[in-house]
Amino acid sequence: MASTAAAEPTRRDFIHVATGAAGAVGLALLAWPLIDQMNPSASVLALSSIEFDLSPVQEGQQVTVMWRGKPVFVRHRTAKEIAEARSVPVSSLPDQLARNANLPDSAPASDQDRMFKPEWLIMIGICTHLGCIPLDHQGDYGGYLCPCHGSQYDTAGRIRKGPAPENMYIPPYSYLSPTKVKIG
Amino acid sequence: MAGQSTYVPKTGFTRWLDARLPILRFTNDTMMTFPTPRNLNFWYSFGGILTFMLGIQIVTGIVLAMHYVPNASMAFDSVENIMRDVNYGWLLRYMHSNGASFFFLAVYVHMFRGLYYGSYKAPREVLWILGVIIYVLMIATAFLGYVLPWGQMSFWAATVITNLFTSIDQILPHTGTAVTQWLWGGFAVGDPTLNRFFSLHYLLPFVIAGVVVLHIWALHVPGNNNPLGIDVKGPQDTVPFHPYYTVKDLFYLSLFVILFAIVVFYLPNALVEPDNYVPANPLVTPPEIVPEWYLLPFYAMLRSIPQKLIGVIVLFGALATLVFVPWLDTSKVRSMRFRPLAKQFFWALLLDCVLLGYLGAHRPDAVFPGTGIPMLPFARLGTAYYYAFFWVILPLLGLIETPRPVPATIATSVTGSGVEQVNAPAE
Repeated sequence: MASTAAAEPTRRDFIHVATGAAGAVGLALLAWPLIDQMNPSASVLALSSIEFDLSPVQEGQQVTVMWRGKPVFVRHRTAKEIAEARSVPVSSLPDQLARNANLPDSAPASDQDRMFKPEWLIMIGICTHLGCIPLDHQGDYGGYLCPCHGSQYDTAGRIRKGPAPENMYIPPYSYLSPTKVKIG
Repeated sequence: MAGQSTYVPKTGFTRWLDARLPILRFTNDTMMTFPTPRNLNFWYSFGGILTFMLGIQIVTGIVLAMHYVPNASMAFDSVENIMRDVNYGWLLRYMHSNGASFFFLAVYVHMFRGLYYGSYKAPREVLWILGVIIYVLMIATAFLGYVLPWGQMSFWAATVITNLFTSIDQILPHTGTAVTQWLWGGFAVGDPTLNRFFSLHYLLPFVIAGVVVLHIWALHVPGNNNPLGIDVKGPQDTVPFHPYYTVKDLFYLSLFVILFAIVVFYLPNALVEPDNYVPANPLVTPPEIVPEWYLLPFYAMLRSIPQKLIGVIVLFGALATLVFVPWLDTSKVRSMRFRPLAKQFFWALLLDCVLLGYLGAHRPDAVFPGTGIPMLPFARLGTAYYYAFFWVILPLLGLIETPRPVPATIATSVTGSGVEQVNAPAE
């Protein structure tokens, strides 16, 4: 390959380029299985939905259920908590998107768009900062306080103060009957 | 200084081997006759100590892997089994867990020594950058290893650190979450995560060993820097590595190992968070999550920034900054012995890192005990100084500082005159 820059490509040049190109494509094709094997496997994906009975949860109480290895908070909100959450203008919130998997991505973070029924907040109980589990009924807003880095959420699970960038996520769920929900 | 080989095979077998695989010649030239500046002090013994600690970690780690089970339902119990039932399991595990701390202790001394004596400057830039790569690999390995006992701290450290990648969501929506789930192999830290962390924790030390070989190779091309920071001018400035530095290194290694043994035998849990003796529980976050002591300064930087993505950038930027140090320092003089201003900023940086370490162990909303003074402003100030030292102070000092005169040769400085002839060492 010590030819001058202006020389015509030879048949040997062509073979070098073709070999290199075939090798690069082959490597890329082989790389994908090696990368994709780390994604959630079929057995992990299979555990994708659970059912939960709301009737034992008293007003003012919260229970935690596991869904896909994550805690889901089921909170029976009091009338006072609902009123507090509904009185906050969306424009004053740090994250103004509902983060509700049951609504379009652009839905606003109003209390109504965070849940189907005002008494029942059903939400993935993971702080959007670095993944800790917030403590319920704590913090300045009566909602949640994350013990790791001090993020505070209101009674609708919306971020109000601290380093977390987003409201806590609402998982896909639906009511099978007035007291039974299916999460996932 | 990598001059001509002086190796002469003395027996028939070594002559035969030398013509086929000159491994004895290589060993002789790199570890025996290698010309080394005659003025290396105590602080230069940590390279050897680090090699020793890497060996300790690999040997104890391989043995522990014979008993450890990388499964979310069995990992914690298998570690307890190592501690209680495996013969000398307690010793091996305490050596391994405290070995990580001593490895980092040695690497911090080694790094600050390099900073003080300007060991990163031309022609040793590649040597320094290889060192930074080793340090980053050490951090990754230590983090992966910390997850394996599957206690509360293990689980939540894994959760917090992998969630750093979700900050990508703020620039590329959903990408960060996808990357994080790819790292987890699920929708949260779980069994697949533990299994792959074990695999990588076993792999990385051998990668480190490979980069260490490159690091030593890059050291042996220009030869050692020294406390005066001046170049070796001739044979009167050097002594052979063996016996002068083999013995010196061995002496300080012995002292270091005594310290290590004291901790392993008498204070084996002094550096451990008690929460890590509680099995991992994905539903309960411990009241306070802190990393091991050697990562606290970086954790303080992360927590001092109220915005998630910027916090993560500041954290990784603090590591990346080290790569650029050879070009950020504009001074012609290597050693800070002759740099009256740089020396002061250097000690301030060391204190700054200790302060950040202290602050990193406390919640961001904490106050200094007994005073009511909040810690957060200090964490921000400390973070700012860390960056300012490398990106502002080092480049400016080279322009405004008047260094003191450096000695003409190492021999002049050591003996008071340049004419003294070193006793020619026997080969």
